[in-house]
Amino acid sequence: MSGTAKDNILAFVRGRYPQAEIDESQDIFALGFVNSLFAMELVMFIEKTFGITIPNDELRIDNFRTANSMAELVSRLSLATAA
Amino acid sequence: MAVIGVIGAGVMGVGVAQNLAQTGHDVVLVDKDEAILDDALAKIWNNCRMSRFMGGPAVDPDAVLARITTGVGAAAAAKAEIVIENVPEDWDVKREVYAALDAECGPDTVFVVNTSAIPITKVAAVTGRPDRVIGVHFMNPVPAKPTVELIPGYHTSPDTVARTRDLLTAMGKKAVDVKDSCGFISNRISHVFFNEAAYLVYEGVATAEAVDEVFRSCFGHPMGPLETADLIGVDTILYSVEVLYEHYSDSKYRPCPLLRQMTDAGLHGRKTGRGFYNYNG
Repeated sequence: MSGTAKDNILAFVRGRYPQAEIDESQDIFALGFVNSLFAMELVMFIEKTFGITIPNDELRIDNFRTANSMAELVSRLSLATAA
Repeated sequence: MAVIGVIGAGVMGVGVAQNLAQTGHDVVLVDKDEAILDDALAKIWNNCRMSRFMGGPAVDPDAVLARITTGVGAAAAAKAEIVIENVPEDWDVKREVYAALDAECGPDTVFVVNTSAIPITKVAAVTGRPDRVIGVHFMNPVPAKPTVELIPGYHTSPDTVARTRDLLTAMGKKAVDVKDSCGFISNRISHVFFNEAAYLVYEGVATAEAVDEVFRSCFGHPMGPLETADLIGVDTILYSVEVLYEHYSDSKYRPCPLLRQMTDAGLHGRKTGRGFYNYNG
């Protein structure tokens, strides 16, 4: 599950920033060209793709820094929904 | 407490309504059908939820929505003390909306024209209250932008200016005074470079990425003109350039054919998922 989520998220980020070399542990906000508008797009993309609603207290930049951290968030929220 | 009418529930109307509700005002949000209004409320809820994540203040979405009611047609704004109009920058649309508002609202209601291009005196002339019509050019996204252009028309009364200033202050806005003139300060300058940036892409001189990179890295702008065009809406940019072109009859504002083609093709920017950039992943 998290492998698929990670791949999906990486593909989305790479699609928007094809000029950057981005791997799963790369802090995309540290690259300098990712702005808050893209952060919002990431939230929308993740909610739509994985059918989850990210609660307000999880809407923190730290959860969105890397493909790994986003996949972890998806996994955690999917488990919470399933339970 | 007095109600503020917000006419038009597009990008700007949604931002104005949210800003007003966040600063404790009761709002009636008006558009031409229920589906647009439902969609607008969902956008406001989402924008409030995202506020802190986007670097703004923490905003309670439910508290904001509790201050906003909706209505279809100009009659829904009949009781508003001040009406802020945000319909598209299309003169035929604006003229029709102002005729309807003038017929429905009380004689004391102030009409605030939220426009980036259309002369305020021209709007005032189609109403029976030219002393109570004034322009405010809000920036997008409205809740996050602290400054507006404030434009009295030829007949605007000092009382109307004072009431509008008070509302803007209560909304947390600083007003820059500008005399009435098509495009004011912001669009007279910005739309020349939006349009010229589109020409560079149209002529194959540079990619959208290259144009934006020069603005960010060389000029120090936080965003380049074409990513900004995608944020504002390519169709909106085209309408505003056309307004300048028609008003001044000056070829320096000739609209780039690429803007027209993108508008016809539905490539309106972020709001349709594609513009100069692709937002669909």
